[in-house]
Amino acid sequence: MTEYYTRMGDGKRVLMSKDAIFADLVAGSADAADMGGIPDLTSAEIEKLFEIISDKNRVVGVEPGNEVVLTYDIGQLDFTGDNGNSGNGVDVGRLESALLHERALGADTFELAHADYSIKPVKPVISNEMQTMEEIQNEIVAPYFYGAMPNMGLYYKPDGPYGNPADLMREYKIEEAMDQAEKAAVHLARDIEYVSTRLVAAGADGFNFDTTASAGDADCVGTLNGVKALRKACPDTYINVGMSGESVMGIHGMIEFEGQVVAGLYPHQQVKLAEKAGANVFGAVVNTNTSKSLAWNLARSVAFTKVCVEKSSIPVHANMGMGVGGIPMCETAPIDAVTRCNKAMVEIAKVDGI
Amino acid sequence: MGDTAGMAVPHFMASGMGGIRTAGDLVARMEYSKNMKVDKAKDYVAKKLGLSTLEIADEYIMRELREELKIGVVTGVPGAPRGIAAKMNIEKLLDIKINSCEKFRGMLKN
Repeated sequence: MTEYYTRMGDGKRVLMSKDAIFADLVAGSADAADMGGIPDLTSAEIEKLFEIISDKNRVVGVEPGNEVVLTYDIGQLDFTGDNGNSGNGVDVGRLESALLHERALGADTFELAHADYSIKPVKPVISNEMQTMEEIQNEIVAPYFYGAMPNMGLYYKPDGPYGNPADLMREYKIEEAMDQAEKAAVHLARDIEYVSTRLVAAGADGFNFDTTASAGDADCVGTLNGVKALRKACPDTYINVGMSGESVMGIHGMIEFEGQVVAGLYPHQQVKLAEKAGANVFGAVVNTNTSKSLAWNLARSVAFTKVCVEKSSIPVHANMGMGVGGIPMCETAPIDAVTRCNKAMVEIAKVDGI
Repeated sequence: MGDTAGMAVPHFMASGMGGIRTAGDLVARMEYSKNMKVDKAKDYVAKKLGLSTLEIADEYIMRELREELKIGVVTGVPGAPRGIAAKMNIEKLLDIKINSCEKFRGMLKN
């Protein structure tokens, strides 16, 4: 029986038969359909996914004419960061990094980032960030954003002023936990407005909100309120709202944005809130299960993302870093897996960008 | 996403337009400034450039055209506009306003 080299969700190379790959494709799609209440992939789409996964070539790509545009997270930290970001540990400057991405690495857009890549630590160094934005905008041609994670976890004790809901809930202080999350969300929205409007005043093309809702549903609401404030203050700025997970974690459980409870929303529902807040582009996330195969993860990711694209009235850029979009969760993602996931997301889910 | 050789490079190779190698930056600007989905954004840019949507992702065509239009090129060419100057030409080409150009104009003394 013919077997094909493919990958597991942790990146390990495995051999699988055609039947086994097909079974995982169908199961992955069915899992998304079951969780999200969305349609399964069609048999033609499953066939196409098999063709992509079983391609004998090391690297695959889209057909000419099917190219999309790319957006990025963590800015220059891909060069300068440590292995926590799969960074190279090379202390290159932020101007050089931006221009290298534009002129040597084929970037359609790029972004400036703080070393901690979060909204909160940008506040004390906002003037420094504004100066650097002004300087790089003088040289760069491609759209150049400022990027940061809302990262509401930094607003809870011991890092911030608010009680930690996880600790409070362990003590059965449920109402206090909800109250602290709501207060932190208001603080986050205020900080987003402070930081983002200043970076736009310094010439940024826009703002990339990366890993929205990483601290749960209150983080999601705080971010969307911050986005709304930025849109009101800067009507023409480019806003990218990227998520952190396929489903918004209900740590608060009842907090709402514009009358909609956000806990438990999936990408095709999340995007509607991003539209309401004023985003121009939505970054859909589907998480990788490291115990399942590439086939299972990719089919599941494509099923979720395809519906998100169909329901969205704004462009959708699929998040396709380590551990999302079907890509294995490992520090150095294998390029055979990365390019297969990329092609599938563009040609089957029909995303507007990666 | 770090690991440039495992992320930025393979994503560009698999499906990326290539930024200022081609017309990727222009298509991105239309997605972000007008909420255009990728096909509509490509159509818009292609019409402005007088090319097909296939041609706007072709380095062979776009390298010369970008230099001619003075909208920034991927190689080091002394005297070729880049940065704000190139973006001011992109504003005219695409009929849009670019924030950094607006800020730059705001700094000039009348």
